[in-house]
Amino acid sequence: MADAVHIPDEAETRARWGAFEWTPENAEQAKKVIARYPAGRQQSAVMPLLDLAQRQVGAETQTNGWLPVPVMEYIGRQLDMPYMRVYEVATFYTMYNLAPVGRYHVQVCGTTPCMLRGSDDVFAACKNKGLVKGGTTPDGLFTLNEVECLGACANAPMVQINDDNFEDLTYDSTIAILETLAAGGQPKIGPQIDRQTSAPEGGPTTLKEMVGENHDYRGQWNEGATA
Amino acid sequence: MTDAPAPAPFVGPLSDKDRIFTNVHGFQDWGVDAAMKRGDWDNTKKLMEIGQDAIIDTIKASNLRGRGGAGFPTGMKWSFMPKESKDGRPSFLVINADESEPGSCKDREIIRHDPHKLIEGALIAGFAMRARAAYIYIRGEFIYEAKVLFAAVEQAYEKGFIGKNACGSGYDFDVFVHRGAGAYICGEETAQIESIEGKKGQPRLKPPFPAGAGLYGCPTTVNNVESIAVAPTILRRGAAWFNGFGRENNRGTKLFQISGHVNKPCVVEESMSIPFRELIDRHCGGIRGGWDNLLAVIPGGSSVPLVPAKEIMDAPMDFDGLRALGSGLGTAAVIVMDKSTDIVRAISRLSYFYKHESCGQCTPCREGTGWMWRVMERLRTGDADQSEIDMLFQVTKQVEGHTICALGDAAAWPIQGLIRHFRPEIERRINENKGSAPVMEAAE
Repeated sequence: MADAVHIPDEAETRARWGAFEWTPENAEQAKKVIARYPAGRQQSAVMPLLDLAQRQVGAETQTNGWLPVPVMEYIGRQLDMPYMRVYEVATFYTMYNLAPVGRYHVQVCGTTPCMLRGSDDVFAACKNKGLVKGGTTPDGLFTLNEVECLGACANAPMVQINDDNFEDLTYDSTIAILETLAAGGQPKIGPQIDRQTSAPEGGPTTLKEMVGENHDYRGQWNEGATA
Repeated sequence: MTDAPAPAPFVGPLSDKDRIFTNVHGFQDWGVDAAMKRGDWDNTKKLMEIGQDAIIDTIKASNLRGRGGAGFPTGMKWSFMPKESKDGRPSFLVINADESEPGSCKDREIIRHDPHKLIEGALIAGFAMRARAAYIYIRGEFIYEAKVLFAAVEQAYEKGFIGKNACGSGYDFDVFVHRGAGAYICGEETAQIESIEGKKGQPRLKPPFPAGAGLYGCPTTVNNVESIAVAPTILRRGAAWFNGFGRENNRGTKLFQISGHVNKPCVVEESMSIPFRELIDRHCGGIRGGWDNLLAVIPGGSSVPLVPAKEIMDAPMDFDGLRALGSGLGTAAVIVMDKSTDIVRAISRLSYFYKHESCGQCTPCREGTGWMWRVMERLRTGDADQSEIDMLFQVTKQVEGHTICALGDAAAWPIQGLIRHFRPEIERRINENKGSAPVMEAAE
């Protein structure tokens, strides 16, 4: 948390975002979210609402979104929370962007399981495409960040770009993904090699019946019950 | 291996019919109709009719130990919950899907491919502990997985499996999904409760324990996804069936997640106590470059100490077997490192992880994790003095056990494991560095 970025709260941020309001759809969604928690416990909704707001800001700015201070204040008012309590939450969790990011937020996992499988190559590919760690490319397209374990270790190395995971990367497949995105295309989500999710490459070693059909194993439960 | 239970009954590989998570690789649809064809939600009412205490007794008899890392007996944990509310406070079940331990990627597979096992388990567990509702806390980065989970909960409501009169049992039970936003520490149970309450995820002092005062000050049990998701199958097949796998005190089946330098990393459900060699050869196509190329293994996710190759090769993969090696099963996230690994860098990167994820509440952890990482980085390049190895070890001992939660311990253990097993490698780097670049004092 010591690496917190400078949080813009200048006059222009206020001028741009001071009148922030939910879109009609998001206002509905916000109500649904608040209803998940017991009455009087609406503070619980602060995390989902910050996420919703970041997405709305993203949609309005054609980026992956961020949280201007006036937007946090707006959420604080809706949930009857002091602004500082909202701010604490927004600065504590890493997924809230406290400063603007690009169209694509490239989050490369650099923790040990990915490092062992070659996340250095993924970073090298990003660097050679002009991405700089912690910064946004001049065309506003890519923001690169190194993140901590994203929980896809059996498919390492991996990168999360906006809402999508790209897994089992190499230098070349990383370049290909970035080029496809830059050209306005949609790269294939998930493993970039011939592999079904987290099954071993080349086909599963277990539960092979499941590949072709939705197999029900219950009929075999009592077969060969020796142990 | 003195305090480990007697070796043996490892009766060969698990057969497919005994696997709980049959759709773990997502070849088939996760939706409710497909899940029902696989056996989920099959007369759940009948499972509940045996009664709350009988459910807890069955889980106790199955010897299921929590799958989130600590290995606490699940049935016993459930039995800590109050049987009746004396003051009108409801009870809550919180399901920990904040899977952030480096190496772990099993809850993700359960949620995106078999979510109905989890939701059915939530109902059963929640009913058994007399909870009013379950909150599933899923880590924020699991964006697709959260979408699936929200949709699966919606399906379960539509079918009447949860909500008012869940499964026709007469019991009212709600399931809510709460998304995190990127904080490893929220995997700690009290930090998770804080986070659901809309605060920074900083662990609470215990006592009071969550079973007395947890979420919103109400009795709460926090369980791992896998512990909850296996419960319905245990009830259907019986405690004796679950006891048929693994060694005493280490029973059941387990999702293993193998990453790092194996030929084919994967997630696979196997019997507890499967020997390491068997696990790797059978499912991962062996070690990259052969067994002679194995350097070390972190057998339970980043928080447990590493184990050198010769000790782990034929060790049983279970709680007691790995504890006997000075490590632990943790979440069964097996990180394999071959001889090409820069072992000091691998552990130093974990130190950076803990520095990044420290919540900043306790001084030994907040200051210690950064300090330990900076020293580790100097050991990596050899830019250090021999005496600093002992000093680092001593500092890890001062962090360990002196913080509110276990993150301080988790940051200390990997470094202790490194120094214990790879001290000559660290010393070599320091000596080589001294040889190539004369130190400043020499010039004076």
